[in-house]
Amino acid sequence: MASGDRTVLQFSTQSTSNLSAKVHPLVIFNICDCYVRRPDQAERVIGTLLGSVLSDGTVDIRNSYAVPHTESAEQVALDIEYHHNMLVSHQKVNPKEVIVGWYSTGLGVTGGSALIHDFYSREVPNPVHLTVDTGFRNGEGTIKAYVSVNLALGDSQLAAQFQEVPLDLRMVEAERLGFDILKTTSVDKLPTDLEGMEVTMQRLLALIDDIYKYVDDVVEGRVAADNSIGRFISDTVAALPKLSPPAFDKLVNDSLQDQLLLLYLSSITRTQLALAEKLNTAAQIL
Amino acid sequence: MAASSTARSFLQVAATEEVVSPLRFVQIEGLVILKIIKHCKEFSPALVTGQLLGLDVGSVLEVTNCFPFPIREEDEEIEADGANYQLEMMRCLREVNVDNNTVGWYQSTILGSYQTVELIETFMNYQENIRRCVCIIYDPSRSNQGVLALKALKLSDSFMELYRTNNFTGEKLREKNLSWVDIFEEIPIKVSNSALISAFMTELESNTPVTQCDYDRLQFSSNPYMERNMEFLIECMDDLSMEQQKAFPILLQELVTSTSPATGMVSEKKVVYLISMLLDSLFSLKDHLGPSKSENMARKAAGEEPLPEEDPTNPIFKPIPEPSRLESFLITNQIANYCNQINGYIVYSRSYPFFWIA
Repeated sequence: MASGDRTVLQFSTQSTSNLSAKVHPLVIFNICDCYVRRPDQAERVIGTLLGSVLSDGTVDIRNSYAVPHTESAEQVALDIEYHHNMLVSHQKVNPKEVIVGWYSTGLGVTGGSALIHDFYSREVPNPVHLTVDTGFRNGEGTIKAYVSVNLALGDSQLAAQFQEVPLDLRMVEAERLGFDILKTTSVDKLPTDLEGMEVTMQRLLALIDDIYKYVDDVVEGRVAADNSIGRFISDTVAALPKLSPPAFDKLVNDSLQDQLLLLYLSSITRTQLALAEKLNTAAQIL
Repeated sequence: MAASSTARSFLQVAATEEVVSPLRFVQIEGLVILKIIKHCKEFSPALVTGQLLGLDVGSVLEVTNCFPFPIREEDEEIEADGANYQLEMMRCLREVNVDNNTVGWYQSTILGSYQTVELIETFMNYQENIRRCVCIIYDPSRSNQGVLALKALKLSDSFMELYRTNNFTGEKLREKNLSWVDIFEEIPIKVSNSALISAFMTELESNTPVTQCDYDRLQFSSNPYMERNMEFLIECMDDLSMEQQKAFPILLQELVTSTSPATGMVSEKKVVYLISMLLDSLFSLKDHLGPSKSENMARKAAGEEPLPEEDPTNPIFKPIPEPSRLESFLITNQIANYCNQINGYIVYSRSYPFFWIA
């Protein structure tokens, strides 16, 4: 009798166990910018996340926009028409980006969030909720992503629980480039290519120094040898093509000469253009 | 804060109408850069454009936000849609307190070949409505080399006046002392970020010793890139030689008609000039040395004599592509130079670690 009455609280986890989310830094920037520009009476900012769902189930969040909303203790009102307008506009530019969820600033999930999540789940089957803690409450800026998981008691739906999913910050190479200048509050001028080259070379040299030091330490017994690192190093060194020094020299010199030729050609062209200009202005005295 | 600075600049603009401080630099937010990079990269190799929004404060042009334009087909109804889209976006952004003040536009380019007549025309269109506007050019193909290729351009004032009068004859250019380098002015870019964002970013991404762009920079397969550059260069040269070929019959005609009233001395110089131009035209068919001289003559000639083409109104507009083309020639040239420098550097420094390990 007792066993017949007892029902089990089910957490359906299998659908979300391998769900993870990837966020592009642009989204974070957008959110921070919207937070800084929010109207004075609003405590937090709410907005829509755009992106796509990849083939392995990962949600790729690529873009976002803020949606004006009003919030009070009891209720939350979202400007739905604005949301739709922005969605249509964004899709004109990039039809592949669809709604994948929504974001809000501030740590943790509040009661009002459940209502908003409900609204978004009517647009998308499984929306992702992103919270960005702009208040740095834990001493760091935490960004978390949640999906809603249904809690069912037997057959009847009880409630929805926000369950956290792993989040990954992902960046495209081109964005990576600008990244160093994006970290500080202001940069006086964009780095030129030569400077970038310099920085790269310095980093490379630093890396090589590290490896050298490590190998030295291991040989002298100061650091315990780690076989996997050792294998890695030997693989790397073996990956360098085996060329005899004269062959290598020839290779390098050939390519260098090709480039010098191009340099010469372009210099000639530039000189010619300068001459032509001078002749043009001088030749009119006819 | 944005509102108060808008009010200040508004007052300033209203009060000091005559004094226009020259634009010293463009201050861009990191957000805008990321958006531009993302948009251009997604649609590369297609060329895309977008609108820049921000504030014009004194000698600094601040760009605080931007939005992309959808790819427009050549269709009349889509034109109206494009305008609607723009209005809609501006309105929506206003609601979330973004500065919806247009300060220019951005576009992507391939290997720096952006000097076209359309660019100049767009500039003129914008200039009518906005006092100060810039165009930001982003080159996604150069970013594959590990360089952030972002440039802010503005048309120089003297060129704009000349364009308005639509007069590109040689004497006019000489009067204004305008050469092809004076068409566009490049403005230095400064990047600014709010403190919140920099805090986030510094925390999310620790300073790794080596980043992906380092790997990109150390790549040796720059040959395809150089080849494309050279292809562009050669195409431009072909264009130039074609221009000058068209102009040749006119110059002959001009010589014939103008020797009679002129003194012997003058016609002699003209003959010498024409002969040198002939030689140039012969050379330019083989290599690139010399098309520019005759091309400049064509500029002068075309302004005074109609070219023998079917469309008689064409010659009037003919001079206009020429300065731009010359510029694009030069710029492609410069790019070839740039990447040569990079490559030279790479090659020199590449040998270093090799020898060290070996």
